[in-house]
Amino acid sequence: MSSVAPCACPRPCPVKTFWLLVRAGFRRHSTYRLALLAGMTTNSVFGIIRAYILLAALASAGASIGGYDASMAVAFVWWGQALLGTVNLWGFAEVKDRVRTGDIAIDFLRPLDPQLAYLAGDLGRAGINLIGRGIPAILLGALLFDIAWPPSGLSWAAGAVSVLLAVIVAFAGNFVINLLAFWLVEIRGITLLWMITGGLLCGLYLPVPWFPDWLRTVATWSPFPSMLQQPIDILAGRVVGAGIATSLAIQLFWVTALLALGQVVLRAGRRRLEVQGG
Amino acid sequence: MADRRLDLAVRLRPYRVLLASRAHAQMQYRTSFVTDILGTVGVGLAEFAEVWVIFHNVDVLGGLDFTAALLVFALSNLAFSLADMFVGHLDQLPRYIRAGQVDAFYVRPLPLLAQLMTSDLSLRRVGRLSVALVALIVALTTADISWSTATVALILLTIVSGTAIFSALFTTAGGLQFFLVDGAEFTNAFTYGGQYAAQQSQQIFPDPLRIFWTFVIPTAFVAYLPAVAILDLPGDPLAPTWLAWCTPLAAALAWALAGLCWRSGTRHYQGAGG
Repeated sequence: MSSVAPCACPRPCPVKTFWLLVRAGFRRHSTYRLALLAGMTTNSVFGIIRAYILLAALASAGASIGGYDASMAVAFVWWGQALLGTVNLWGFAEVKDRVRTGDIAIDFLRPLDPQLAYLAGDLGRAGINLIGRGIPAILLGALLFDIAWPPSGLSWAAGAVSVLLAVIVAFAGNFVINLLAFWLVEIRGITLLWMITGGLLCGLYLPVPWFPDWLRTVATWSPFPSMLQQPIDILAGRVVGAGIATSLAIQLFWVTALLALGQVVLRAGRRRLEVQGG
Repeated sequence: MADRRLDLAVRLRPYRVLLASRAHAQMQYRTSFVTDILGTVGVGLAEFAEVWVIFHNVDVLGGLDFTAALLVFALSNLAFSLADMFVGHLDQLPRYIRAGQVDAFYVRPLPLLAQLMTSDLSLRRVGRLSVALVALIVALTTADISWSTATVALILLTIVSGTAIFSALFTTAGGLQFFLVDGAEFTNAFTYGGQYAAQQSQQIFPDPLRIFWTFVIPTAFVAYLPAVAILDLPGDPLAPTWLAWCTPLAAALAWALAGLCWRSGTRHYQGAGG
Protein backbone atom coordinates (compact mmCIF):
# COMPACT_ATOMS: atom_id res chain seq x y z
CA MET A 1 0.00 0.00 0.00
CA SER A 2 1.21 3.48 -0.85
CA SER A 3 2.33 5.54 2.09
CA VAL A 4 0.92 8.72 0.58
CA ALA A 5 -2.44 9.42 2.14
CA PRO A 6 -5.03 9.85 -0.61
CA CYS A 7 -6.36 12.97 1.08
CA ALA A 8 -3.10 14.89 1.31
CA CYS A 9 -4.24 17.48 -1.19
CA PRO A 10 -4.56 21.16 -0.15
CA ARG A 11 -8.30 21.16 -0.78
CA PRO A 12 -10.59 18.98 1.31
CA CYS A 13 -10.87 15.52 -0.19
CA PRO A 14 -13.96 15.36 -2.44
CA VAL A 15 -14.84 11.88 -1.22
CA LYS A 16 -14.79 13.01 2.39
CA THR A 17 -16.81 16.15 1.55
CA PHE A 18 -19.32 14.03 -0.33
CA TRP A 19 -19.71 11.69 2.61
CA LEU A 20 -20.13 14.60 5.03
CA LEU A 21 -22.86 16.03 2.80
CA VAL A 22 -24.63 12.66 2.70
CA ARG A 23 -24.64 12.60 6.50
CA ALA A 24 -25.83 16.20 6.64
CA GLY A 25 -28.73 15.36 4.32
CA PHE A 26 -29.57 12.37 6.52
CA ARG A 27 -29.59 14.50 9.67
CA ARG A 28 -31.50 17.35 8.06
CA HIS A 29 -34.39 15.13 7.06
CA SER A 30 -34.36 13.07 10.25
CA THR A 31 -35.33 16.19 12.23
CA TYR A 32 -38.94 15.80 11.18
CA ARG A 33 -39.74 12.44 12.77
CA LEU A 34 -43.46 13.07 12.95
CA ALA A 35 -43.45 13.87 9.23
CA LEU A 36 -41.75 10.50 8.54
CA LEU A 37 -44.42 8.68 10.54
CA ALA A 38 -47.16 10.66 8.82
CA GLY A 39 -45.73 9.83 5.41
CA MET A 40 -45.52 6.17 6.30
CA THR A 41 -49.17 6.17 7.45
CA THR A 42 -50.40 7.68 4.19
CA ASN A 43 -48.23 5.32 2.13
CA SER A 44 -49.70 2.40 4.07
CA VAL A 45 -53.32 3.44 3.48
CA PHE A 46 -52.62 3.65 -0.24
CA GLY A 47 -50.76 0.35 0.00
CA ILE A 48 -53.77 -1.38 1.53
CA ILE A 49 -56.23 0.00 -1.03
CA ARG A 50 -53.97 -0.70 -4.01
CA ALA A 51 -53.13 -4.22 -2.82
CA TYR A 52 -56.84 -5.08 -2.76
CA ILE A 53 -57.30 -3.59 -6.25
CA LEU A 54 -54.50 -5.74 -7.67
CA LEU A 55 -55.70 -8.83 -5.81
CA ALA A 56 -59.24 -8.29 -7.13
CA ALA A 57 -57.86 -7.91 -10.66
CA LEU A 58 -55.87 -11.16 -10.32
CA ALA A 59 -58.92 -12.96 -8.91
CA SER A 60 -61.00 -11.66 -11.82
CA ALA A 61 -58.41 -12.78 -14.38
CA GLY A 62 -58.15 -16.16 -12.65
CA ALA A 63 -54.45 -16.34 -13.49
CA SER A 64 -51.31 -14.31 -13.08
CA ILE A 65 -51.12 -11.09 -15.11
CA GLY A 66 -47.83 -9.99 -16.68
CA GLY A 67 -45.87 -12.49 -14.62
CA TYR A 68 -47.37 -11.37 -11.27
CA ASP A 69 -49.12 -13.85 -9.02
CA ALA A 70 -50.96 -12.72 -5.89
CA SER A 71 -48.02 -12.55 -3.48
CA MET A 72 -45.81 -10.87 -6.10
CA ALA A 73 -48.51 -8.28 -6.79
CA VAL A 74 -48.70 -7.55 -3.07
CA ALA A 75 -44.91 -7.21 -3.00
CA PHE A 76 -45.11 -4.87 -5.99
CA VAL A 77 -47.59 -2.60 -4.17
CA TRP A 78 -45.80 -2.51 -0.82
CA TRP A 79 -42.26 -2.11 -2.18
CA GLY A 80 -43.64 0.70 -4.31
CA GLN A 81 -45.14 2.44 -1.26
CA ALA A 82 -42.04 1.73 0.81
CA LEU A 83 -39.67 3.20 -1.80
CA LEU A 84 -41.91 6.15 -2.63
CA GLY A 85 -40.27 8.31 0.04
CA THR A 86 -36.79 6.97 -0.66
CA VAL A 87 -36.79 7.61 -4.39
CA ASN A 88 -37.60 11.27 -4.94
CA LEU A 89 -40.26 10.71 -7.61
CA TRP A 90 -42.08 14.00 -7.08
CA GLY A 91 -38.89 16.00 -7.44
CA PHE A 92 -37.54 18.97 -5.55
CA ALA A 93 -37.60 22.73 -6.07
CA GLU A 94 -34.48 23.76 -4.16
CA VAL A 95 -32.11 24.02 -7.13
CA LYS A 96 -34.72 25.74 -9.28
CA ASP A 97 -35.28 28.37 -6.59
CA ARG A 98 -31.55 28.94 -6.21
CA VAL A 99 -31.18 29.40 -9.95
CA ARG A 100 -34.00 31.93 -10.00
CA THR A 101 -32.69 33.94 -7.07
CA GLY A 102 -29.09 33.72 -8.27
CA ASP A 103 -27.97 31.84 -5.15
CA ILE A 104 -26.70 29.09 -7.44
CA ALA A 105 -23.67 31.36 -8.01
CA ILE A 106 -22.60 30.55 -4.43
CA ASP A 107 -22.87 26.84 -5.20
CA PHE A 108 -20.50 27.33 -8.12
CA LEU A 109 -17.90 28.81 -5.77
CA ARG A 110 -17.93 25.80 -3.47
CA PRO A 111 -15.17 23.20 -3.72
CA LEU A 112 -17.53 20.38 -4.73
CA ASP A 113 -19.39 20.33 -8.06
CA PRO A 114 -23.02 21.48 -7.45
CA GLN A 115 -24.45 18.33 -9.01
CA LEU A 116 -22.44 16.08 -6.71
CA ALA A 117 -23.20 18.24 -3.68
CA TYR A 118 -26.94 18.03 -4.25
CA LEU A 119 -26.68 14.32 -5.06
CA ALA A 120 -24.98 13.78 -1.71
CA GLY A 121 -27.76 15.60 0.12
CA ASP A 122 -30.36 13.58 -1.75
CA LEU A 123 -28.66 10.29 -0.87
CA GLY A 124 -28.80 11.28 2.80
CA ARG A 125 -32.48 12.13 2.44
CA ALA A 126 -33.08 8.77 0.76
CA GLY A 127 -31.27 6.97 3.59
CA ILE A 128 -33.40 8.36 6.40
CA ASN A 129 -36.56 7.86 4.36
CA LEU A 130 -35.66 4.23 3.74
CA ILE A 131 -35.09 3.62 7.44
CA GLY A 132 -37.85 5.79 8.86
CA ARG A 133 -40.53 5.33 6.26
CA GLY A 134 -39.71 2.50 3.88
CA ILE A 135 -38.77 -0.37 6.19
CA PRO A 136 -41.75 0.15 8.56
CA ALA A 137 -44.08 0.26 5.54
CA ILE A 138 -42.79 -2.98 4.06
CA LEU A 139 -42.97 -4.69 7.46
CA LEU A 140 -46.57 -3.55 7.87
CA GLY A 141 -47.33 -4.83 4.38
CA ALA A 142 -45.84 -8.20 5.30
CA LEU A 143 -47.92 -8.25 8.47
CA LEU A 144 -51.21 -7.55 6.67
CA PHE A 145 -50.70 -9.50 3.44
CA ASP A 146 -49.05 -12.63 2.12
CA ILE A 147 -46.05 -10.96 0.50
CA ALA A 148 -43.36 -12.47 -1.76
CA TRP A 149 -39.89 -11.86 -0.29
CA PRO A 150 -36.80 -11.66 -2.48
CA PRO A 151 -36.15 -15.28 -3.49
CA SER A 152 -32.41 -15.32 -2.73
CA GLY A 153 -29.52 -13.46 -1.14
CA LEU A 154 -28.53 -12.35 -4.62
CA SER A 155 -31.97 -10.75 -5.08
CA TRP A 156 -31.62 -8.91 -1.75
CA ALA A 157 -28.15 -7.62 -2.68
CA ALA A 158 -29.06 -6.73 -6.27
CA GLY A 159 -32.28 -5.15 -4.98
CA ALA A 160 -30.31 -2.91 -2.64
CA VAL A 161 -27.98 -1.82 -5.46
CA SER A 162 -30.99 -1.27 -7.69
CA VAL A 163 -32.67 0.96 -5.09
CA LEU A 164 -29.49 3.04 -4.85
CA LEU A 165 -29.36 3.39 -8.65
CA ALA A 166 -33.07 4.30 -8.69
CA VAL A 167 -32.46 7.10 -6.20
CA ILE A 168 -29.65 8.46 -8.40
CA VAL A 169 -31.70 8.21 -11.63
CA ALA A 170 -34.61 10.10 -10.04
CA PHE A 171 -32.26 12.71 -8.64
CA ALA A 172 -30.34 13.17 -11.89
CA GLY A 173 -33.54 13.56 -13.91
CA ASN A 174 -35.01 16.08 -11.51
CA PHE A 175 -31.74 17.98 -11.39
CA VAL A 176 -31.86 18.52 -15.16
CA ILE A 177 -35.49 19.68 -14.91
CA ASN A 178 -34.54 22.12 -12.14
CA LEU A 179 -31.69 23.53 -14.22
CA LEU A 180 -34.11 24.50 -17.00
CA ALA A 181 -34.83 27.49 -14.75
CA PHE A 182 -31.66 29.03 -16.25
CA TRP A 183 -33.62 29.56 -19.47
CA LEU A 184 -37.25 29.65 -18.38
CA VAL A 185 -38.77 31.99 -15.83
CA GLU A 186 -41.31 29.47 -14.61
CA ILE A 187 -40.72 25.73 -14.93
CA ARG A 188 -43.89 24.68 -13.09
CA GLY A 189 -45.50 23.32 -16.25
CA ILE A 190 -42.49 21.16 -17.07
CA THR A 191 -42.24 19.94 -13.48
CA LEU A 192 -45.91 18.96 -13.57
CA LEU A 193 -45.51 17.15 -16.87
CA TRP A 194 -42.49 15.29 -15.49
CA MET A 195 -44.36 14.31 -12.33
CA ILE A 196 -47.47 13.10 -14.14
CA THR A 197 -45.74 11.07 -16.86
CA GLY A 198 -43.21 9.84 -14.32
CA GLY A 199 -45.85 8.77 -11.82
CA LEU A 200 -47.67 6.82 -14.49
CA LEU A 201 -44.70 5.24 -16.26
CA CYS A 202 -42.44 4.43 -13.29
CA GLY A 203 -44.72 1.66 -12.10
CA LEU A 204 -46.11 3.29 -8.97
CA TYR A 205 -49.81 2.85 -9.73
CA LEU A 206 -49.71 -0.36 -11.72
CA PRO A 207 -46.91 -2.66 -12.91
CA VAL A 208 -45.44 -1.63 -16.28
CA PRO A 209 -45.93 -5.21 -17.63
CA TRP A 210 -49.71 -4.68 -17.21
CA PHE A 211 -49.70 -1.76 -19.66
CA PRO A 212 -51.04 -2.12 -23.20
CA ASP A 213 -48.22 -2.75 -25.71
CA TRP A 214 -47.80 0.80 -26.99
CA LEU A 215 -47.71 2.34 -23.52
CA ARG A 216 -45.29 -0.32 -22.34
CA THR A 217 -43.00 0.54 -25.26
CA VAL A 218 -43.13 4.23 -24.32
CA ALA A 219 -42.32 3.34 -20.70
CA THR A 220 -39.45 1.02 -21.64
CA TRP A 221 -37.73 3.74 -23.64
CA SER A 222 -38.06 6.26 -20.82
CA PRO A 223 -35.92 6.53 -17.68
CA PHE A 224 -38.97 6.24 -15.42
CA PRO A 225 -39.11 2.45 -14.87
CA SER A 226 -35.48 2.69 -13.69
CA MET A 227 -36.74 4.81 -10.80
CA LEU A 228 -39.13 2.25 -9.31
CA GLN A 229 -40.24 -0.66 -11.46
CA GLN A 230 -36.74 -2.18 -11.82
CA PRO A 231 -35.86 -2.35 -8.10
CA ILE A 232 -39.39 -3.54 -7.27
CA ASP A 233 -39.21 -6.34 -9.83
CA ILE A 234 -35.90 -7.56 -8.41
CA LEU A 235 -37.17 -7.39 -4.81
CA ALA A 236 -40.52 -9.01 -5.65
CA GLY A 237 -38.70 -11.84 -7.40
CA ARG A 238 -40.30 -11.28 -10.78
CA VAL A 239 -36.90 -10.62 -12.33
CA VAL A 240 -34.28 -13.25 -11.48
CA GLY A 241 -31.01 -14.62 -12.86
CA ALA A 242 -29.70 -12.94 -16.00
CA GLY A 243 -32.66 -10.58 -15.91
CA ILE A 244 -31.15 -8.92 -12.85
CA ALA A 245 -27.98 -8.07 -14.76
CA THR A 246 -30.03 -6.57 -17.60
CA SER A 247 -32.10 -4.49 -15.15
CA LEU A 248 -29.03 -3.15 -13.40
CA ALA A 249 -27.34 -2.41 -16.73
CA ILE A 250 -30.34 -0.37 -17.90
CA GLN A 251 -30.35 1.55 -14.63
CA LEU A 252 -26.61 2.14 -14.88
CA PHE A 253 -27.11 3.47 -18.41
CA TRP A 254 -29.70 6.00 -17.19
CA VAL A 255 -27.52 7.00 -14.22
CA THR A 256 -24.63 7.76 -16.57
CA ALA A 257 -26.75 9.40 -19.26
CA LEU A 258 -28.73 11.67 -16.91
CA LEU A 259 -25.74 12.65 -14.77
CA ALA A 260 -23.78 13.49 -17.94
CA LEU A 261 -26.72 15.47 -19.31
CA GLY A 262 -26.88 17.29 -15.98
CA GLN A 263 -23.22 18.28 -16.31
CA VAL A 264 -23.73 19.56 -19.87
CA VAL A 265 -26.79 21.60 -18.87
CA LEU A 266 -25.07 22.87 -15.73
CA ARG A 267 -22.10 24.14 -17.76
CA ALA A 268 -24.33 25.78 -20.35
CA GLY A 269 -26.33 27.40 -17.57
CA ARG A 270 -23.20 28.61 -15.84
CA ARG A 271 -22.12 30.43 -18.99
CA ARG A 272 -25.55 32.02 -19.23
CA LEU A 273 -25.80 33.00 -15.58
CA GLU A 274 -25.49 36.66 -14.78
CA VAL A 275 -25.57 37.74 -11.16
CA GLN A 276 -25.95 41.38 -10.21
CA GLY A 277 -24.34 43.04 -7.25
CA GLY A 278 -21.12 42.32 -5.49
CA MET B 1 -88.48 39.53 3.99
CA ALA B 2 -86.84 41.89 1.57
CA ASP B 3 -84.94 43.26 4.51
CA ARG B 4 -83.58 39.91 5.44
CA ARG B 5 -82.50 39.21 1.87
CA LEU B 6 -80.72 42.53 1.78
CA ASP B 7 -79.12 41.71 5.11
CA LEU B 8 -77.84 38.40 3.76
CA ALA B 9 -76.48 40.10 0.64
CA VAL B 10 -74.63 42.58 2.83
CA ARG B 11 -73.24 39.83 5.00
CA LEU B 12 -72.04 37.76 2.08
CA ARG B 13 -70.53 40.70 0.25
CA PRO B 14 -67.03 40.41 1.81
CA TYR B 15 -66.81 36.78 0.70
CA ARG B 16 -67.96 37.63 -2.80
CA VAL B 17 -65.36 40.36 -3.07
CA LEU B 18 -62.65 38.08 -1.68
CA LEU B 19 -63.44 35.21 -4.05
CA ALA B 20 -63.67 37.53 -7.04
CA SER B 21 -60.26 38.98 -6.19
CA ARG B 22 -58.72 35.48 -5.87
CA ALA B 23 -60.19 34.45 -9.20
CA HIS B 24 -59.03 37.68 -10.80
CA ALA B 25 -55.51 37.29 -9.40
CA GLN B 26 -55.13 33.79 -10.85
CA MET B 27 -55.96 35.00 -14.34
CA GLN B 28 -53.25 37.66 -14.32
CA TYR B 29 -50.47 35.31 -15.32
CA ARG B 30 -52.21 33.75 -18.28
CA THR B 31 -49.47 31.24 -19.20
CA SER B 32 -49.10 29.97 -15.63
CA PHE B 33 -52.86 29.64 -15.33
CA VAL B 34 -53.18 27.65 -18.56
CA THR B 35 -50.21 25.47 -17.55
CA ASP B 36 -51.80 24.77 -14.18
CA ILE B 37 -55.10 23.81 -15.78
CA LEU B 38 -53.31 21.49 -18.19
CA GLY B 39 -51.50 20.05 -15.18
CA THR B 40 -54.71 19.14 -13.40
CA VAL B 41 -56.09 17.72 -16.66
CA GLY B 42 -52.98 15.53 -16.64
CA VAL B 43 -53.59 14.46 -13.05
CA GLY B 44 -57.16 13.51 -13.96
CA LEU B 45 -56.00 11.59 -17.02
CA ALA B 46 -53.34 9.73 -15.00
CA GLU B 47 -56.03 8.74 -12.47
CA PHE B 48 -58.18 7.54 -15.33
CA ALA B 49 -55.26 5.64 -16.87
CA GLU B 50 -55.06 3.52 -13.73
CA VAL B 51 -58.68 2.37 -14.19
CA TRP B 52 -58.21 1.92 -17.91
CA VAL B 53 -55.01 -0.16 -17.63
CA ILE B 54 -56.71 -2.52 -15.17
CA PHE B 55 -59.62 -3.05 -17.55
CA HIS B 56 -57.12 -3.68 -20.32
CA ASN B 57 -56.25 -6.84 -18.36
CA VAL B 58 -59.63 -7.86 -16.91
CA ASP B 59 -63.28 -7.47 -17.95
CA VAL B 60 -64.81 -7.22 -14.48
CA LEU B 61 -63.36 -5.76 -11.29
CA GLY B 62 -65.23 -6.04 -8.02
CA GLY B 63 -68.50 -6.76 -9.80
CA LEU B 64 -68.22 -3.72 -12.09
CA ASP B 65 -67.59 -3.72 -15.83
CA PHE B 66 -65.68 -0.88 -17.48
CA THR B 67 -68.71 1.41 -17.92
CA ALA B 68 -69.78 0.95 -14.30
CA ALA B 69 -66.22 1.52 -13.09
CA LEU B 70 -66.11 4.64 -15.26
CA LEU B 71 -69.26 5.92 -13.57
CA VAL B 72 -67.75 5.33 -10.11
CA PHE B 73 -64.53 7.04 -11.24
CA ALA B 74 -66.46 10.00 -12.66
CA LEU B 75 -68.71 10.58 -9.64
CA SER B 76 -65.86 10.37 -7.14
CA ASN B 77 -63.54 12.58 -9.18
CA LEU B 78 -66.26 15.14 -9.81
CA ALA B 79 -67.04 15.44 -6.11
CA PHE B 80 -63.38 15.47 -5.14
CA SER B 81 -62.32 18.14 -7.62
CA LEU B 82 -65.23 20.36 -6.59
CA ALA B 83 -64.34 19.97 -2.91
CA ASP B 84 -60.66 20.48 -3.74
CA MET B 85 -61.52 23.66 -5.62
CA PHE B 86 -63.56 25.14 -2.76
CA VAL B 87 -61.71 23.99 0.36
CA GLY B 88 -58.66 21.98 -0.78
CA HIS B 89 -56.40 24.86 0.20
CA LEU B 90 -57.13 24.15 3.88
CA ASP B 91 -54.14 21.88 3.26
CA GLN B 92 -52.04 25.04 3.44
CA LEU B 93 -53.03 25.60 7.07
CA PRO B 94 -49.82 24.15 8.61
CA ARG B 95 -47.86 26.66 6.54
CA TYR B 96 -50.00 29.54 7.86
CA ILE B 97 -49.67 28.19 11.41
CA ARG B 98 -45.89 27.89 11.17
CA ALA B 99 -45.54 31.35 9.67
CA GLY B 100 -47.83 32.83 12.33
CA GLN B 101 -50.26 34.05 9.69
CA VAL B 102 -53.32 32.41 11.26
CA ASP B 103 -53.39 35.16 13.91
CA ALA B 104 -54.21 37.67 11.20
CA PHE B 105 -57.32 35.65 10.33
CA TYR B 106 -58.41 35.54 13.98
CA VAL B 107 -58.51 39.33 14.39
CA ARG B 108 -60.75 39.92 11.37
CA PRO B 109 -64.48 40.23 12.00
CA LEU B 110 -65.44 37.14 9.99
CA PRO B 111 -65.58 33.46 11.05
CA LEU B 112 -62.19 31.76 10.73
CA LEU B 113 -63.34 28.78 8.67
CA ALA B 114 -65.33 30.95 6.27
CA GLN B 115 -62.29 33.19 5.81
CA LEU B 116 -59.92 30.31 5.18
CA MET B 117 -62.33 28.68 2.74
CA THR B 118 -62.64 31.90 0.77
CA SER B 119 -58.94 32.71 1.13
CA ASP B 120 -58.43 30.94 -2.17
CA LEU B 121 -60.45 29.44 -4.99
CA SER B 122 -58.27 26.99 -6.87
CA LEU B 123 -59.62 27.60 -10.36
CA ARG B 124 -56.91 25.40 -11.84
CA ARG B 125 -58.84 22.37 -10.59
CA VAL B 126 -61.33 22.87 -13.42
CA GLY B 127 -58.87 20.77 -15.44
CA ARG B 128 -59.47 17.68 -13.37
CA LEU B 129 -63.14 18.61 -13.06
CA SER B 130 -63.52 18.56 -16.84
CA VAL B 131 -61.90 15.12 -17.10
CA ALA B 132 -64.43 13.88 -14.53
CA LEU B 133 -67.30 15.54 -16.41
CA VAL B 134 -66.33 13.94 -19.71
CA ALA B 135 -66.04 10.57 -17.97
CA LEU B 136 -69.48 11.09 -16.40
CA ILE B 137 -71.10 11.94 -19.73
CA VAL B 138 -69.47 8.96 -21.47
CA ALA B 139 -70.45 6.61 -18.65
CA LEU B 140 -74.06 7.83 -18.50
CA THR B 141 -74.57 7.63 -22.26
CA THR B 142 -72.98 4.21 -22.78
CA ALA B 143 -74.39 2.50 -19.67
CA ASP B 144 -77.72 0.72 -19.80
CA ILE B 145 -79.77 2.98 -17.54
CA SER B 146 -83.55 3.07 -17.19
CA TRP B 147 -83.88 6.85 -16.93
CA SER B 148 -86.44 8.39 -14.64
CA THR B 149 -86.79 11.53 -12.56
CA ALA B 150 -85.46 9.55 -9.63
CA THR B 151 -82.25 8.70 -11.52
CA VAL B 152 -81.59 12.33 -12.37
CA ALA B 153 -82.38 13.36 -8.79
CA LEU B 154 -80.04 10.71 -7.43
CA ILE B 155 -77.18 11.85 -9.69
CA LEU B 156 -77.58 15.49 -8.66
CA LEU B 157 -77.98 14.57 -5.00
CA THR B 158 -74.85 12.42 -5.19
CA ILE B 159 -72.72 15.16 -6.73
CA VAL B 160 -73.79 17.73 -4.13
CA SER B 161 -73.50 15.38 -1.15
CA GLY B 162 -70.26 13.85 -2.41
CA THR B 163 -68.71 17.31 -2.64
CA ALA B 164 -69.97 17.97 0.89
CA ILE B 165 -68.41 14.72 2.16
CA PHE B 166 -64.98 15.48 0.70
CA SER B 167 -65.22 19.08 1.93
CA ALA B 168 -65.98 17.72 5.39
CA LEU B 169 -62.91 15.48 5.18
CA PHE B 170 -60.73 18.46 4.20
CA THR B 171 -62.19 20.47 7.09
CA THR B 172 -61.62 17.61 9.54
CA ALA B 173 -58.03 17.49 8.31
CA GLY B 174 -57.79 21.26 8.77
CA GLY B 175 -58.99 21.01 12.38
CA LEU B 176 -56.41 18.32 13.10
CA GLN B 177 -53.62 20.44 11.59
CA PHE B 178 -53.69 22.67 14.68
CA PHE B 179 -52.46 19.65 16.66
CA LEU B 180 -50.24 18.01 14.05
CA VAL B 181 -48.37 20.87 12.29
CA ASP B 182 -45.27 18.87 11.29
CA GLY B 183 -47.26 15.69 10.86
CA ALA B 184 -49.70 17.32 8.46
CA GLU B 185 -49.33 14.42 6.06
CA PHE B 186 -51.27 12.16 8.47
CA THR B 187 -54.49 13.65 7.24
CA ASN B 188 -53.62 12.82 3.62
CA ALA B 189 -54.37 9.24 4.64
CA PHE B 190 -58.09 9.96 4.79
CA THR B 191 -58.44 12.92 2.41
CA TYR B 192 -56.46 11.67 -0.59
CA GLY B 193 -56.67 8.08 0.65
CA GLY B 194 -60.43 8.48 0.97
CA GLN B 195 -60.60 9.80 -2.56
CA TYR B 196 -58.65 6.79 -3.79
CA ALA B 197 -60.95 4.42 -1.91
CA ALA B 198 -64.03 6.25 -3.21
CA GLN B 199 -63.17 5.56 -6.83
CA GLN B 200 -62.99 1.79 -6.29
CA SER B 201 -65.68 -0.85 -6.29
CA GLN B 202 -66.32 -1.49 -2.59
CA GLN B 203 -66.52 -5.20 -3.32
CA ILE B 204 -62.77 -5.50 -3.73
CA PHE B 205 -62.39 -4.79 0.01
CA PRO B 206 -62.85 -7.32 2.83
CA ASP B 207 -65.75 -6.72 5.26
CA PRO B 208 -63.96 -4.61 7.90
CA LEU B 209 -62.64 -2.20 5.29
CA ARG B 210 -66.04 -2.01 3.55
CA ILE B 211 -67.67 -1.13 6.86
CA PHE B 212 -64.93 1.42 7.46
CA TRP B 213 -65.37 3.16 4.08
CA THR B 214 -69.16 3.12 4.47
CA PHE B 215 -69.83 3.96 8.10
CA VAL B 216 -66.61 5.49 9.50
CA ILE B 217 -65.18 7.51 6.64
CA PRO B 218 -68.20 7.48 4.35
CA THR B 219 -66.48 7.56 0.97
CA ALA B 220 -68.55 4.64 -0.37
CA PHE B 221 -71.49 7.07 -0.49
CA VAL B 222 -69.63 9.39 -2.86
CA ALA B 223 -69.70 7.12 -5.88
CA TYR B 224 -69.99 3.37 -5.44
CA LEU B 225 -73.37 3.10 -3.67
CA PRO B 226 -75.11 5.63 -5.98
CA ALA B 227 -73.55 4.08 -9.09
CA VAL B 228 -74.81 0.64 -8.13
CA ALA B 229 -78.30 2.11 -7.57
CA ILE B 230 -78.23 4.06 -10.86
CA LEU B 231 -77.15 1.00 -12.84
CA ASP B 232 -79.42 -1.32 -10.84
CA LEU B 233 -76.58 -3.75 -10.08
CA PRO B 234 -76.63 -6.32 -7.24
CA GLY B 235 -73.91 -4.39 -5.35
CA ASP B 236 -72.69 -4.91 -1.84
CA PRO B 237 -74.71 -7.37 0.32
CA LEU B 238 -73.79 -5.32 3.40
CA ALA B 239 -75.29 -2.14 1.94
CA PRO B 240 -78.84 -2.24 0.54
CA THR B 241 -79.65 -0.13 -2.54
CA TRP B 242 -81.77 2.41 -0.65
CA LEU B 243 -78.61 3.40 1.20
CA ALA B 244 -77.65 5.34 -1.94
CA TRP B 245 -80.36 7.86 -1.01
CA CYS B 246 -78.74 8.37 2.38
CA THR B 247 -75.77 10.26 0.91
CA PRO B 248 -76.98 13.59 2.41
CA LEU B 249 -77.18 11.87 5.79
CA ALA B 250 -73.60 10.65 5.44
CA ALA B 251 -72.58 14.17 4.44
CA ALA B 252 -74.34 15.62 7.48
CA LEU B 253 -72.60 13.17 9.80
CA ALA B 254 -69.25 13.88 8.16
CA TRP B 255 -69.85 17.59 8.68
CA ALA B 256 -70.77 17.05 12.32
CA LEU B 257 -67.42 15.36 12.84
CA ALA B 258 -65.66 18.06 10.83
CA GLY B 259 -67.29 20.79 12.93
CA LEU B 260 -66.17 19.07 16.11
CA CYS B 261 -62.57 18.72 14.88
CA TRP B 262 -62.48 22.29 13.65
CA ARG B 263 -63.81 23.67 16.94
CA SER B 264 -61.37 21.75 19.08
CA GLY B 265 -58.55 22.72 16.71
CA THR B 266 -59.26 26.43 16.76
CA ARG B 267 -59.72 26.39 20.55
CA HIS B 268 -56.46 24.52 20.97
CA TYR B 269 -54.58 27.16 19.00
CA GLN B 270 -52.67 29.49 21.30
CA GLY B 271 -51.45 32.03 18.78
CA ALA B 272 -47.98 32.65 17.46
CA GLY B 273 -47.23 35.49 19.86
CA GLY B 274 -46.31 38.98 18.89
